[in-house]
Amino acid sequence: MMMRYAHSKLAAAAALLPLAAPVRADSGWGLLNMTPGVTDISRKIYALHMEVFWICVAIGVVVFGWMIWSLVAFRKSKGAVADTSLVHNTKVEILWTAIPVFILIAMAVPAARTLVDIEDTRNTELTIKVTGFQWGWNYDYLDNGVNYFSRLDRASDAARQLLSGIDPTTVPNYLLSVDHPLIVPAGVKIRLLITGADVIHSWWVPAFGLKKDAIPGFINELWFRVDPDKTGLYRGQCVELCGRDHGFMPIVVDVRSKEDFGTWLKTTAAEQKQAAAATAPAATPAG
Amino acid sequence: MAYAQVAVAHDDHSTDADHKPHGWRRWVYATNHKDIGTMYLIFAGIMFFVGGSLAMLIRLELFKPGLQFFDPLFFNSLTTMHALIMIFGAIMPAWTGLANWQIPMQVGAPDMALPRLNNFSFWILPFAFLLLLSTFFVPGGAPAGGWTMYPPLMLQGGAAFPMTIFAIHLMGASSILGAMNVIVTILNMRAPGMTLLRMPLFVWSWLITAYLLIAVMPVLAGAVTMLLTDHFFGTTFFTAAGGGDPVMFQHIFWFFGHPEVYILILPAFGIISEIIPTFARKPIFGYEAMVYAIASIAFLSFIVWAHHMFTVGMPLAGELFFMLTTMLIAIPTGVKVFNWCATIWKGSLTFEPPMLFALSFVFLFTIGGFSGVMLAIVPADFQYQDTYFVVAHFHYVLVPGTIFGIMAGVYYWLPKWTGRMYDQTLGKWHFWLSAIFVNVLFFPQHFLGLAGMPRRIPDYAVQFTDWNMVSSIGGFGFGLSQFLFPYLIWKCIKHGTPIGNRAWEGAHGLEWELPSPPPFHSWETPPTEAVLAHAAVH
Repeated sequence: MMMRYAHSKLAAAAALLPLAAPVRADSGWGLLNMTPGVTDISRKIYALHMEVFWICVAIGVVVFGWMIWSLVAFRKSKGAVADTSLVHNTKVEILWTAIPVFILIAMAVPAARTLVDIEDTRNTELTIKVTGFQWGWNYDYLDNGVNYFSRLDRASDAARQLLSGIDPTTVPNYLLSVDHPLIVPAGVKIRLLITGADVIHSWWVPAFGLKKDAIPGFINELWFRVDPDKTGLYRGQCVELCGRDHGFMPIVVDVRSKEDFGTWLKTTAAEQKQAAAATAPAATPAG
Repeated sequence: MAYAQVAVAHDDHSTDADHKPHGWRRWVYATNHKDIGTMYLIFAGIMFFVGGSLAMLIRLELFKPGLQFFDPLFFNSLTTMHALIMIFGAIMPAWTGLANWQIPMQVGAPDMALPRLNNFSFWILPFAFLLLLSTFFVPGGAPAGGWTMYPPLMLQGGAAFPMTIFAIHLMGASSILGAMNVIVTILNMRAPGMTLLRMPLFVWSWLITAYLLIAVMPVLAGAVTMLLTDHFFGTTFFTAAGGGDPVMFQHIFWFFGHPEVYILILPAFGIISEIIPTFARKPIFGYEAMVYAIASIAFLSFIVWAHHMFTVGMPLAGELFFMLTTMLIAIPTGVKVFNWCATIWKGSLTFEPPMLFALSFVFLFTIGGFSGVMLAIVPADFQYQDTYFVVAHFHYVLVPGTIFGIMAGVYYWLPKWTGRMYDQTLGKWHFWLSAIFVNVLFFPQHFLGLAGMPRRIPDYAVQFTDWNMVSSIGGFGFGLSQFLFPYLIWKCIKHGTPIGNRAWEGAHGLEWELPSPPPFHSWETPPTEAVLAHAAVH
């Protein structure tokens, strides 16, 4: 079960909203913030996001506080007289140019560190080629002879037709489920080679903290390692406009234990080999 | 060049202040900066409602999950056309309209420097937008590849594809001509004594904006022309199979696109810097710092473009460079916000409609600035990129930012233009409805993006329903509230109370030395040093 969301500090913001009436477990009102995710990188990104968010809140309190104070204190209707000599103050101006520099450095250093980790694609144990096409994904386990397509599942596809008459709330994981999810092992550093077959797509699973464009003619690299104990289904979507059905090419990743994954990979490889052998004569060009 | 030469051409027109062509000729053959400015503003207003109705259709489809109204391809056309119309049809012409009206009056000139060019640059626009809007009726429908027009997707367009590109060429030509006129006017037509550092900040912001326009509109024209030749003439600039590179388009596009977003916002900085001092009854704090800040932002805009495309797979060094340069923008922008705050500090404040719009600009633009800093952080951007968080960010800087800036400007100068004061109570209604609904509309989009909703999708997973409904309600409220604006302007022209030169007690600047409404040829003789001193910009 995915699309888990953290009841983070941001949830406190919900209290300020009149709309935060009785919150149902399945409601969307509580979906206010990024999820910490299930990989080391996604947690680092989440921490970075929250750090920058709280810095912005702090600056906002100071600046907006100053403004609101002025708006209340210096009203003409309350007899305020303008101090027209106040047009320039070099010391203050240098100060409010310099202080932001230090704040920005405080944000840039951890950001750069995380970025270096994200780009470190060495020592991966499994390579899967991901190809985006209009409109779905192809997963190719390059070293294991397993290759299959992944598309929007039939229930969602039926419900999403114009005026289908099917209530989307009755469809499990509406628009976020596929016929064949990408199956990967937990606790293993996996490398994805991402490309596009026709136009540019973008592969994103929020819980992994990763997003990379799938560009025809180019191969992008991406790695992730899901925590060993975080097996389960994780959902995402294509995030680069790719035509009519851009909104209907979800991504589902089925994270299994190393052992389960090994078994699945072996059986599937054998099945696909057999199937290929069976269809091979039919596949030869007729003329 | 400390003092500008003022060329007052004593031709038939300027010797007779009242002489102007009547009927349709006055508008079609218009060479007067006020008439052309009025046409620009009316055109922008019409496009604002056209683009806005497309946005209403978008929010209608997104009100709840499932597809109730539109085919997904038509939905993509709606988002694409909404952006193109709002950017090139509403915001940019509105700025040029305000520039036309205000710059000659503010620098002490009789008119814009190049009046016939001015006529041409305006009259290109209706044709450009007829061409663009007619794509709704051609086979394949309106462009649906996003206003960013990324190939290869854009190359899949039908008949709309070349039409869109030609429309963009026309809009670009119009913008370049308008920008040239602004530069020539400001550099050559200032009254004696109106030195560069005595110019009002609106004039400064437009001077810098005009240079940005001239620098980047040709880049956009080049990019879309390469798309055109890729589609029709067998080139492969952006096709990997032919040795091209689809990502190169994104680099070229955003090299235009980032300065473009500052083209949309810088004149608003200028207007806010005019309005806040007026209603705080106190000169702008740090005038020179404001000028340098605008110039720094303009310079930085040329070296940050790739932050729009962090997920394309850039080298680490590239990501670091564009992250750091992008973060630097926060410094001059911060200086501007602090200076506005310091201007209201120890002022004597009143809250007429222009001031209300200006103050909410400072609040809400700053919120857009915060999400901008967050987006600059590359690892976090990997999560934000192409989600509703980005949609929330740029709408915060463009709607309560740019659009409120334009409205603040209109509310500020409308009494000058018409010679009449409008219904201020109605103006306050317009303000409060807009300010409340714009937040109901866009604030929840931050949540949607962080929770994982991608942008540019016609339908969504059910957990996103609640905040989408809130956002749509905000959208409808915001859209309806805007009808107050043309009504208020019409009412002002018809029934407004006549007003003197200085519509606002605390207003400074040359335009307030002229009668309201001002004479057809604003300053037939340049203002004297005494008039300049009286106008005392800062």
